[in-house]
Amino acid sequence: MTTLARSAVSRGITPGRVGLVAMLIAAYGLVPFVGSDYVLDALLTPFLALALAALGLNLLTGYAGLVSLGSSAFLAVGAYAAFNCNVRLQELPLLASIVAAGLVAAAVGIVFGLPSLRLRGFYLAVSTLAAQFFVQWALTKFGWFSNNNPSGVIDAPALTLSGLTFSSAVGRYVVSLTVVVVATLLAARLLRSQVGRNFIALRDHEIAAKVIGVPLLRTKLLAFGVSSFLIGIAGVLWAFAYLRTVEPAGFNLDRSFEILFIIIIGGPASIRGAFLGAAFMVVLPLLLSRLGAALLGDVFDSGVLEMSQRIVIGALIAGILIAEPRGLISLVDRLADRIRHRLSRPLRNPTQP
Amino acid sequence: MFEFQFFVEVLVGGLLSGVMYSLVAIGFVLIYKTSGVLNFAQGAMLLFAALTFVSLVERGVPFWFAIGATLVVMVALGVAVERVVLRPLVNQSPMTLFMATLGLSYVIEGVAQLLWGTQVHGLDLGIDDVPFEVGGVLISQFDLFAAATAGALVAGFALFFRHTRTGLAFRAVADDQFAALAVGLRLSRVWAAVWTAAGTVALVAGLLWGARLGVQYSLSLVVLKALPVLMLGGFDSVAGAIVGGLLIGAIEKLAEIYVGPLFGGGIEAWAAYVVALTFLLLRPSGLFGHKLVERV
Repeated sequence: MTTLARSAVSRGITPGRVGLVAMLIAAYGLVPFVGSDYVLDALLTPFLALALAALGLNLLTGYAGLVSLGSSAFLAVGAYAAFNCNVRLQELPLLASIVAAGLVAAAVGIVFGLPSLRLRGFYLAVSTLAAQFFVQWALTKFGWFSNNNPSGVIDAPALTLSGLTFSSAVGRYVVSLTVVVVATLLAARLLRSQVGRNFIALRDHEIAAKVIGVPLLRTKLLAFGVSSFLIGIAGVLWAFAYLRTVEPAGFNLDRSFEILFIIIIGGPASIRGAFLGAAFMVVLPLLLSRLGAALLGDVFDSGVLEMSQRIVIGALIAGILIAEPRGLISLVDRLADRIRHRLSRPLRNPTQP
Repeated sequence: MFEFQFFVEVLVGGLLSGVMYSLVAIGFVLIYKTSGVLNFAQGAMLLFAALTFVSLVERGVPFWFAIGATLVVMVALGVAVERVVLRPLVNQSPMTLFMATLGLSYVIEGVAQLLWGTQVHGLDLGIDDVPFEVGGVLISQFDLFAAATAGALVAGFALFFRHTRTGLAFRAVADDQFAALAVGLRLSRVWAAVWTAAGTVALVAGLLWGARLGVQYSLSLVVLKALPVLMLGGFDSVAGAIVGGLLIGAIEKLAEIYVGPLFGGGIEAWAAYVVALTFLLLRPSGLFGHKLVERV
């Protein structure tokens, strides 16, 4: 219910909008000039791609309540679709390839979303694993997808938009940022429309939603389609802007869980939660390795790092579900409320000392 | 005639390997039946049990003592999970609980490998894996042993559920949690017992799978083989886990031999899911699963 209240249409200048604009100005005007190549390449670009993927999954799982365990399949579909558009339709501009990749991912998503019309809960969650294994298998098995690379590896082309090349770290960051901002604004708009309301109604009570006239079939397939569209575009960014060389094995079940964990940590049914969670997921390994090296020294090798990362993430998931099911974003909101409260108090009672 | 014999051999091999899937699936069913949780950590528990056992044996602990010690560890794990994770999540949606077990599986896998290392351990249960012939069909002795173990396990659980107080409590909780609480059953104790039972199943399955594949991280991935079995059989039926396992095992092997070449092979990874999915479209709660009745 809180989600509804929060997403209610608000017009004019709100603190949230001012913050958003300030962040956008900083992201475009400040970060490209201040950030080092390392920060842009290893932190911000993967952050943007993961945030978009998490946003996509959030639409499906957080808003519409349909749990998917196969999201990295759609990342892969997006990446490989964009690659094929680029190789086979060379006159197609990059932007069109990205949109086409999203559409292909959406189509695949709708196909794998069909079981949702009959299945509920765990049966549905497990059935989404079919997408995960099938897509990974198909991309490795059929050389056509990777232009006949024996192990299914694809090399991303340089990012070119109307004659300009964005192959530097800054360029790839700016392209990712722009794609993510546009996609996020569109998603936010969608969630405020009747469709978004239908998603939430479906999640809160499927039968009740049906009774009040929510078209279940269309809503479910739309949730799968839009979600896969966004994840597919995130896949293009992941492959073209971040890694630049990808193989099907990179889009494994662990990646799907990572995206699911992002929305649990950040906060389900929250756009900002997806971004916060993604930031957390990108920064966590870095923090852990620094911390581990400082505390344990040489004992803390990459193997130990990987294991302790698993433990920390796992414990965090359980901990957040127990202590704060609405994710880190609700902690942030509460903190912001408290600060606002503190700031506004002297204004309300000017006579008091 | 030769063709038919080959078919039978593939079929029998598939059925027997399906028993191995059932072994994993039973652990899921136990927990799902009594608490409505799909315990994704079952694979991690299996890995943890097998890894603990192997590491103890490699350090010179006698076989039966190592089994006892691992059992104690699994009991402790079951009780700890109930106390730390499940108790604070009472009354949450099943999906929340599922995600918690997802986190739990990460923790258990991490701890197991941090504790015992990531190298592959061989595990020898002293059963020769020599195939023998029955009516011209080769059958693996090991598979037969696994099948017998699974049979014993199921029979044991059936007796346990029917004739012991704890078993009765399990059934009561599975039937209606609130009613069980109202008549004075201690939910927390029942759950701890269930997780202990699931831990025991994990140990048995872990030993058999470990002997087959070697004890290593990928052991926890047998979960992914058990999930389609559960979908097919229904999440809440032990009989379903067995029948589903047999069906999936047989279909998987037959599909790989007879359908696989059409796709260029390697379809084992997803064939089981597609079969389970197609089946579910006809019967949304599996072969033996309870029909879901929902009200507004």
